Amino acid sequence: MEWFLANSGTVFGLAGQHFVLAVVPMVLGLIISVPLAQLARGRRALRTAVTTASSLLYTIPSLALFIILPPVLGTRILDPVNVVVALTIYAVALLVRAALDAFDSVDEELRLAATAMGFTASARFLRIDIPLSLPVLFAGLRVVSVSNISLVSVAALLGVGNLGVLFTDGLQRTFVTEVVVGILGILVLALLMDALLVLLERALTPWTRAAAGPTAGSAARMAAMTETRIHEGAG
Amino acid sequence: MNPFADTFAWLASPANWGGSGGIAVRLLEHLQYSALVLAIAAAIAMPLGLYIGHTGRGRVAAVAVAGALRALPTLGLLVLFALLAGSGLMPPVWALVILTVPPLLAGSYAGISSVDPAVVDGARAMGMTELQILFRVELPNGLPVLAGGVRTAVLQVIATVSVVAYLPLGGLGRYLFDGLVLQDFPRMLGGSLLIAALAIAVDLILAAGQRMILSPGLSTDSRGGRRPAEDLAAAAPAGPDLQGGTP
Repeated sequence: MEWFLANSGTVFGLAGQHFVLAVVPMVLGLIISVPLAQLARGRRALRTAVTTASSLLYTIPSLALFIILPPVLGTRILDPVNVVVALTIYAVALLVRAALDAFDSVDEELRLAATAMGFTASARFLRIDIPLSLPVLFAGLRVVSVSNISLVSVAALLGVGNLGVLFTDGLQRTFVTEVVVGILGILVLALLMDALLVLLERALTPWTRAAAGPTAGSAARMAAMTETRIHEGAG
Repeated sequence: MNPFADTFAWLASPANWGGSGGIAVRLLEHLQYSALVLAIAAAIAMPLGLYIGHTGRGRVAAVAVAGALRALPTLGLLVLFALLAGSGLMPPVWALVILTVPPLLAGSYAGISSVDPAVVDGARAMGMTELQILFRVELPNGLPVLAGGVRTAVLQVIATVSVVAYLPLGGLGRYLFDGLVLQDFPRMLGGSLLIAALAIAVDLILAAGQRMILSPGLSTDSRGGRRPAEDLAAAAPAGPDLQGGTP
């Protein structure tokens, strides 16, 4: 505790770097994977290709990817860009599946009704598909957020600044407090991000609460099911 | 100076494959650590997962614990165990076990509870005992989901074992950290490519194994013919769930 108070400036600085390194890839991943999923949605071959490629990319361990990327991108090994690109790759791999599942979760009859009401394809996408797929999409985002925050710390092994530095430094100095502060810091960061995503989801999907009890319950069950589905990898 | 050319020269050099610090030895170490972690984690998680899946008891607690463990940073836990329990093989192994239990647990209970309750009731009505139901109905039918959890766990372990070299132990991760210290980039990149190749190869083997032990009745599903088989082919290493901490 004393150590934390004396070094709180450093810890918060590292936490800030950690946060940026985790969030930027998540946002980039979302921007890339939603259109990609929409593109792959109706095309069987592309869909298979996308899910296979994403599972293959996800197989590559992050520590290895952090090292393979610099010569590919022409960056230096210490460059935080490597971390951002690597985590964006993982985020896309997860989110493209989540987005496909999310679009599948939209009731086909609602889409037909929208078409019958005169929605253009793009209006239907923006005003029917996107909002209604949010619960499942957010389940995927929450997984990505936890996973990113944990993965960022590995980059500290290569010298990229974030809360993981507390682990490498703590090991060198055999200083347990520093390591514990790092673990707690990462847990707090992950919890904060998760809470933020939950609040954002609630704000964006008011209808899931409007009908109270059963509907809210089934939405939660749906999200849980999707999460399991993402896990088991059945795209 | 092309880093890839240098790396392939490094990988192709027989001198780097043999000997006590050679690739063959490191690869074996990597597989041994991984197998040890998986064996211990499976011994803990599988019975628990099957029990929770079959009875439905303790499910909420299991989900909560698995979720919380997922947020634990791998590197932090490894370092903490190394500092508290000293050097040697077992402290990092226990740290890795803690990280491997959640995906195995989630996979096994989700697999068992994914089985259609009507099928389970049918088996019970036919007079099967609870153990028979578990091992002859629920386990084979829940296998696709369960195997997803296992593959996720295996990938995670193979990835995480690379970090163990930092502590310092053996395994393929040695090349990454030695290369970093020696400013020997081909060695680092070569080690990274070996780890990535190992992960992909093991996952492909597991996918093939999964297809082999999957009951034939499941691969020709009534709702839509070839779907399950295709799902398997694309079957991911799966688990974002778990992959939470894949270094």
